[in-house]
Amino acid sequence: MSNLVTNAGHAHGEHGHDDHHHDSGEMTVYGFWLYLMTDCILFASIFAVYAVLVNNVAGGPAGHDIFELPYVLGETALLLFSSITYGFAMLALYKGKKQQVLGWLFMTFLLGAGFIAMEINEFHLLISEGFGPSRSGFLSAFFTLVGTHGLHVSAGLIWMGIMMYQVNKHGLTATNKTRLSCLSLFWHFLDVVWICVFTVVYLMGTL
Amino acid sequence: MANAHSHDSHDDASHGSVKSYAIGFILSVILTAIPFALVMYPSLPKSITLMIVLAFAVIQVVVHLVYFLHLDRSAAQRNNVIAFVFAAIVIVLLVGLSLWIMFSIHTYMMAK
Repeated sequence: MSNLVTNAGHAHGEHGHDDHHHDSGEMTVYGFWLYLMTDCILFASIFAVYAVLVNNVAGGPAGHDIFELPYVLGETALLLFSSITYGFAMLALYKGKKQQVLGWLFMTFLLGAGFIAMEINEFHLLISEGFGPSRSGFLSAFFTLVGTHGLHVSAGLIWMGIMMYQVNKHGLTATNKTRLSCLSLFWHFLDVVWICVFTVVYLMGTL
Repeated sequence: MANAHSHDSHDDASHGSVKSYAIGFILSVILTAIPFALVMYPSLPKSITLMIVLAFAVIQVVVHLVYFLHLDRSAAQRNNVIAFVFAAIVIVLLVGLSLWIMFSIHTYMMAK
Protein backbone atom coordinates (compact mmCIF):
# COMPACT_ATOMS: atom_id res chain seq x y z
CA MET A 1 0.00 0.00 0.00
CA SER A 2 1.66 3.15 -1.19
CA ASN A 3 0.99 6.33 0.74
CA LEU A 4 2.63 8.82 -1.56
CA VAL A 5 -0.14 11.19 -2.42
CA THR A 6 -2.93 11.60 0.12
CA ASN A 7 -3.26 10.89 3.79
CA ALA A 8 -5.76 8.19 2.86
CA GLY A 9 -2.84 5.81 2.66
CA HIS A 10 -1.71 6.95 6.09
CA ALA A 11 -5.10 6.23 7.66
CA HIS A 12 -5.16 2.81 6.03
CA GLY A 13 -1.71 2.01 7.30
CA GLU A 14 -2.76 2.63 10.90
CA HIS A 15 -5.62 0.16 10.65
CA GLY A 16 -3.66 -2.39 8.73
CA HIS A 17 -6.80 -4.27 7.67
CA ASP A 18 -8.50 -4.21 4.30
CA ASP A 19 -11.90 -4.16 6.03
CA HIS A 20 -11.42 -0.55 7.07
CA HIS A 21 -10.62 0.78 3.60
CA HIS A 22 -14.12 1.66 2.62
CA ASP A 23 -15.03 3.52 5.81
CA SER A 24 -11.81 5.52 6.06
CA GLY A 25 -12.07 6.18 2.31
CA GLU A 26 -15.52 7.71 2.79
CA MET A 27 -14.21 9.88 5.63
CA THR A 28 -11.32 11.00 3.43
CA VAL A 29 -13.69 11.99 0.65
CA TYR A 30 -15.89 13.86 3.16
CA GLY A 31 -12.82 15.65 4.54
CA PHE A 32 -11.84 16.58 1.01
CA TRP A 33 -15.34 17.97 0.45
CA LEU A 34 -14.89 20.16 3.55
CA TYR A 35 -11.60 21.41 2.09
CA LEU A 36 -13.42 22.26 -1.16
CA MET A 37 -15.96 24.31 0.82
CA THR A 38 -13.10 26.39 2.29
CA ASP A 39 -11.73 26.72 -1.24
CA CYS A 40 -15.16 28.05 -2.26
CA ILE A 41 -14.75 30.77 0.37
CA LEU A 42 -11.29 31.60 -0.99
CA PHE A 43 -12.77 32.07 -4.45
CA ALA A 44 -15.71 34.04 -3.04
CA SER A 45 -13.22 36.48 -1.44
CA ILE A 46 -11.43 36.96 -4.75
CA PHE A 47 -14.76 37.43 -6.55
CA ALA A 48 -15.67 40.13 -4.00
CA VAL A 49 -12.31 41.86 -4.62
CA TYR A 50 -12.88 41.64 -8.37
CA ALA A 51 -16.36 43.13 -8.07
CA VAL A 52 -15.01 46.03 -6.00
CA LEU A 53 -12.12 46.75 -8.38
CA VAL A 54 -13.78 46.05 -11.73
CA ASN A 55 -14.45 49.74 -12.51
CA ASN A 56 -10.97 50.94 -11.49
CA VAL A 57 -9.47 50.83 -14.97
CA ALA A 58 -7.06 53.75 -14.35
CA GLY A 59 -7.39 54.96 -17.94
CA GLY A 60 -6.52 51.48 -19.21
CA PRO A 61 -8.77 48.98 -20.95
CA ALA A 62 -12.08 47.82 -19.45
CA GLY A 63 -13.42 44.28 -19.76
CA HIS A 64 -15.28 44.85 -23.03
CA ASP A 65 -12.07 46.18 -24.64
CA ILE A 66 -10.00 43.05 -24.05
CA PHE A 67 -12.39 40.07 -23.70
CA GLU A 68 -12.93 37.81 -26.71
CA LEU A 69 -16.09 35.83 -26.04
CA PRO A 70 -15.65 33.19 -28.81
CA TYR A 71 -12.25 32.38 -27.28
CA VAL A 72 -13.77 32.15 -23.78
CA LEU A 73 -16.53 29.93 -25.18
CA GLY A 74 -13.77 27.60 -26.46
CA GLU A 75 -12.17 27.46 -23.00
CA THR A 76 -15.58 26.79 -21.45
CA ALA A 77 -16.25 23.96 -23.90
CA LEU A 78 -12.89 22.31 -23.10
CA LEU A 79 -13.60 22.41 -19.37
CA LEU A 80 -17.17 21.15 -19.76
CA PHE A 81 -16.04 18.25 -21.99
CA SER A 82 -13.33 17.42 -19.44
CA SER A 83 -16.00 17.26 -16.74
CA ILE A 84 -18.00 14.62 -18.58
CA THR A 85 -14.91 12.60 -19.56
CA TYR A 86 -13.89 12.54 -15.90
CA GLY A 87 -17.43 11.38 -15.10
CA PHE A 88 -16.94 8.49 -17.54
CA ALA A 89 -13.61 7.68 -15.86
CA MET A 90 -15.48 7.38 -12.53
CA LEU A 91 -18.16 5.15 -14.12
CA ALA A 92 -15.40 2.91 -15.51
CA LEU A 93 -13.82 2.89 -12.04
CA TYR A 94 -17.00 1.53 -10.44
CA LYS A 95 -17.09 -1.19 -13.09
CA GLY A 96 -13.45 -2.04 -12.31
CA LYS A 97 -12.25 -1.44 -15.90
CA LYS A 98 -8.68 -0.26 -15.49
CA GLN A 99 -7.87 0.44 -19.16
CA GLN A 100 -11.06 2.50 -19.59
CA VAL A 101 -10.24 4.49 -16.45
CA LEU A 102 -6.79 5.26 -17.84
CA GLY A 103 -8.24 6.17 -21.25
CA TRP A 104 -10.83 8.58 -19.87
CA LEU A 105 -8.29 10.10 -17.44
CA PHE A 106 -5.97 10.70 -20.39
CA MET A 107 -8.79 12.37 -22.37
CA THR A 108 -9.60 14.54 -19.36
CA PHE A 109 -5.94 15.43 -18.97
CA LEU A 110 -5.69 16.51 -22.64
CA LEU A 111 -8.83 18.67 -22.39
CA GLY A 112 -7.63 20.26 -19.15
CA ALA A 113 -4.18 20.88 -20.65
CA GLY A 114 -5.89 22.50 -23.66
CA PHE A 115 -7.76 24.81 -21.32
CA ILE A 116 -4.56 25.81 -19.52
CA ALA A 117 -2.77 26.35 -22.84
CA MET A 118 -5.56 28.67 -24.02
CA GLU A 119 -5.47 30.58 -20.74
CA ILE A 120 -1.69 31.00 -20.82
CA ASN A 121 -2.00 32.23 -24.42
CA GLU A 122 -4.69 34.74 -23.37
CA PHE A 123 -2.54 36.02 -20.48
CA HIS A 124 0.51 36.20 -22.72
CA LEU A 125 -1.33 38.28 -25.34
CA LEU A 126 -2.69 40.67 -22.71
CA ILE A 127 0.69 41.16 -21.05
CA SER A 128 2.48 41.63 -24.40
CA GLU A 129 -0.05 44.38 -25.28
CA GLY A 130 0.89 46.15 -22.04
CA PHE A 131 -2.26 45.09 -20.19
CA GLY A 132 -0.51 43.11 -17.43
CA PRO A 133 -1.68 42.85 -13.81
CA SER A 134 0.20 46.04 -12.86
CA ARG A 135 -1.73 48.19 -15.38
CA SER A 136 -4.82 48.84 -13.24
CA GLY A 137 -6.85 47.63 -10.26
CA PHE A 138 -9.23 45.92 -12.66
CA LEU A 139 -6.43 44.00 -14.37
CA SER A 140 -4.82 43.06 -11.02
CA ALA A 141 -8.11 41.58 -9.85
CA PHE A 142 -8.71 39.93 -13.24
CA PHE A 143 -5.33 38.17 -13.27
CA THR A 144 -5.68 37.16 -9.61
CA LEU A 145 -9.14 35.65 -10.06
CA VAL A 146 -8.63 33.89 -13.40
CA GLY A 147 -5.03 32.97 -12.47
CA THR A 148 -6.10 31.37 -9.17
CA HIS A 149 -8.60 29.22 -11.05
CA GLY A 150 -5.90 28.37 -13.60
CA LEU A 151 -3.48 27.36 -10.82
CA HIS A 152 -6.14 25.06 -9.37
CA VAL A 153 -6.68 23.44 -12.77
CA SER A 154 -2.90 23.03 -13.16
CA ALA A 155 -2.71 21.38 -9.73
CA GLY A 156 -5.57 19.09 -10.82
CA LEU A 157 -3.60 18.17 -13.97
CA ILE A 158 -0.51 17.25 -11.95
CA TRP A 159 -2.70 15.19 -9.61
CA MET A 160 -4.32 13.50 -12.62
CA GLY A 161 -0.92 12.66 -14.08
CA ILE A 162 0.12 11.09 -10.77
CA MET A 163 -3.15 9.14 -10.61
CA MET A 164 -2.64 7.75 -14.13
CA TYR A 165 0.78 6.53 -13.01
CA GLN A 166 -0.62 5.08 -9.77
CA VAL A 167 -3.54 3.31 -11.45
CA ASN A 168 -1.25 1.94 -14.14
CA LYS A 169 1.23 0.64 -11.56
CA HIS A 170 -1.00 -0.51 -8.67
CA GLY A 171 -4.37 -0.98 -10.37
CA LEU A 172 -7.78 0.06 -9.03
CA THR A 173 -6.99 -0.41 -5.35
CA ALA A 174 -9.20 0.95 -2.57
CA THR A 175 -6.69 3.76 -1.96
CA ASN A 176 -6.65 4.71 -5.62
CA LYS A 177 -10.46 4.70 -5.67
CA THR A 178 -10.51 7.13 -2.75
CA ARG A 179 -7.97 9.37 -4.47
CA LEU A 180 -9.86 9.31 -7.76
CA SER A 181 -13.10 10.17 -5.91
CA CYS A 182 -11.39 13.19 -4.31
CA LEU A 183 -9.97 14.28 -7.68
CA SER A 184 -13.46 13.88 -9.17
CA LEU A 185 -14.88 16.33 -6.62
CA PHE A 186 -11.95 18.70 -7.23
CA TRP A 187 -12.34 18.60 -11.00
CA HIS A 188 -16.12 19.12 -11.05
CA PHE A 189 -15.75 21.84 -8.41
CA LEU A 190 -13.34 23.72 -10.69
CA ASP A 191 -15.91 23.58 -13.47
CA VAL A 192 -18.47 25.12 -11.07
CA VAL A 193 -16.01 27.93 -10.26
CA TRP A 194 -15.45 28.46 -13.99
CA ILE A 195 -19.23 28.97 -14.49
CA CYS A 196 -18.99 31.84 -11.99
CA VAL A 197 -15.83 33.17 -13.69
CA PHE A 198 -17.22 33.27 -17.23
CA THR A 199 -20.49 34.76 -15.98
CA VAL A 200 -19.13 37.44 -13.63
CA VAL A 201 -15.90 38.30 -15.47
CA TYR A 202 -16.41 37.68 -19.17
CA LEU A 203 -20.16 37.92 -19.79
CA MET A 204 -20.91 40.74 -17.31
CA GLY A 205 -17.68 42.47 -18.36
CA THR A 206 -18.69 42.46 -22.02
CA LEU A 207 -22.33 43.36 -21.41
CA MET B 1 -8.34 -5.90 -1.50
CA ALA B 2 -10.55 -8.30 -3.46
CA ASN B 3 -13.63 -7.32 -1.46
CA ALA B 4 -13.07 -3.60 -1.99
CA HIS B 5 -15.22 -3.57 -5.10
CA SER B 6 -18.26 -5.25 -3.55
CA HIS B 7 -18.11 -2.73 -0.70
CA ASP B 8 -18.87 0.07 -3.10
CA SER B 9 -21.90 -1.48 -4.73
CA HIS B 10 -24.44 -0.46 -2.08
CA ASP B 11 -24.15 3.28 -2.69
CA ASP B 12 -24.26 3.32 -6.48
CA ALA B 13 -27.10 5.84 -6.30
CA SER B 14 -24.70 8.67 -5.47
CA HIS B 15 -22.22 7.65 -8.20
CA GLY B 16 -24.39 8.63 -11.15
CA SER B 17 -24.73 6.81 -14.45
CA VAL B 18 -24.05 7.45 -18.12
CA LYS B 19 -27.59 8.81 -18.31
CA SER B 20 -27.21 11.26 -15.42
CA TYR B 21 -23.86 12.54 -16.74
CA ALA B 22 -25.38 12.93 -20.22
CA ILE B 23 -28.37 14.87 -18.84
CA GLY B 24 -26.06 17.12 -16.82
CA PHE B 25 -23.85 17.68 -19.86
CA ILE B 26 -26.70 18.56 -22.23
CA LEU B 27 -28.29 20.91 -19.68
CA SER B 28 -24.88 22.58 -19.14
CA VAL B 29 -24.39 23.07 -22.90
CA ILE B 30 -27.81 24.74 -23.18
CA LEU B 31 -27.27 26.83 -20.04
CA THR B 32 -23.87 27.99 -21.39
CA ALA B 33 -24.88 28.59 -25.01
CA ILE B 34 -27.87 30.84 -24.28
CA PRO B 35 -26.06 33.41 -22.06
CA PHE B 36 -23.09 33.56 -24.48
CA ALA B 37 -25.46 34.03 -27.43
CA LEU B 38 -27.39 36.78 -25.63
CA VAL B 39 -24.19 38.71 -24.84
CA MET B 40 -22.47 38.11 -28.20
CA TYR B 41 -25.57 39.00 -30.25
CA PRO B 42 -27.39 41.57 -28.09
CA SER B 43 -31.10 41.45 -28.77
CA LEU B 44 -32.61 42.26 -25.36
CA PRO B 45 -32.26 45.30 -23.06
CA LYS B 46 -29.09 45.15 -20.95
CA SER B 47 -30.85 44.78 -17.60
CA ILE B 48 -32.92 41.81 -18.81
CA THR B 49 -29.86 40.17 -20.39
CA LEU B 50 -27.98 40.62 -17.10
CA MET B 51 -30.77 38.96 -15.12
CA ILE B 52 -30.99 36.04 -17.57
CA VAL B 53 -27.19 35.56 -17.53
CA LEU B 54 -27.09 35.52 -13.71
CA ALA B 55 -30.14 33.25 -13.42
CA PHE B 56 -28.68 30.76 -15.92
CA ALA B 57 -25.36 30.73 -14.02
CA VAL B 58 -27.15 29.88 -10.75
CA ILE B 59 -29.18 27.15 -12.48
CA GLN B 60 -26.04 25.71 -14.10
CA VAL B 61 -24.23 25.61 -10.75
CA VAL B 62 -27.17 23.64 -9.33
CA VAL B 63 -27.12 21.32 -12.38
CA HIS B 64 -23.42 20.63 -11.80
CA LEU B 65 -23.96 20.03 -8.08
CA VAL B 66 -26.74 17.53 -8.76
CA TYR B 67 -25.54 15.70 -11.88
CA PHE B 68 -21.72 15.88 -11.55
CA LEU B 69 -21.09 16.25 -7.80
CA HIS B 70 -24.09 14.01 -6.96
CA LEU B 71 -25.45 16.15 -4.14
CA ASP B 72 -28.96 14.98 -3.30
CA ARG B 73 -31.29 14.42 -0.36
CA SER B 74 -30.09 10.88 0.40
CA ALA B 75 -28.77 10.05 3.87
CA ALA B 76 -25.28 9.38 2.45
CA GLN B 77 -25.08 12.94 1.15
CA ARG B 78 -26.59 14.71 4.17
CA ASN B 79 -23.29 15.85 5.71
CA ASN B 80 -22.00 17.04 2.33
CA VAL B 81 -25.17 19.06 1.77
CA ILE B 82 -25.00 20.59 5.28
CA ALA B 83 -21.36 21.61 4.69
CA PHE B 84 -22.31 23.08 1.32
CA VAL B 85 -25.25 25.05 2.70
CA PHE B 86 -23.04 26.42 5.49
CA ALA B 87 -20.38 27.44 2.95
CA ALA B 88 -23.07 29.04 0.77
CA ILE B 89 -24.31 31.14 3.72
CA VAL B 90 -20.75 32.24 4.50
CA ILE B 91 -20.22 33.16 0.83
CA VAL B 92 -23.44 35.17 0.60
CA LEU B 93 -22.52 37.10 3.77
CA LEU B 94 -18.88 37.56 2.70
CA VAL B 95 -19.59 38.76 -0.84
CA GLY B 96 -22.86 40.55 -0.11
CA LEU B 97 -21.66 42.54 2.89
CA SER B 98 -18.26 43.33 1.31
CA LEU B 99 -19.92 44.77 -1.77
CA TRP B 100 -22.52 46.62 0.31
CA ILE B 101 -19.81 48.27 2.42
CA MET B 102 -17.48 49.08 -0.47
CA PHE B 103 -20.17 50.52 -2.75
CA SER B 104 -21.68 52.52 0.13
CA ILE B 105 -18.25 54.03 0.77
CA HIS B 106 -17.92 54.73 -2.94
CA THR B 107 -21.32 56.47 -3.04
CA TYR B 108 -20.68 58.60 0.06
CA MET B 109 -17.20 59.59 -1.13
CA MET B 110 -18.68 60.67 -4.47
CA ALA B 111 -21.40 62.70 -2.75
CA LYS B 112 -18.89 64.91 -0.92
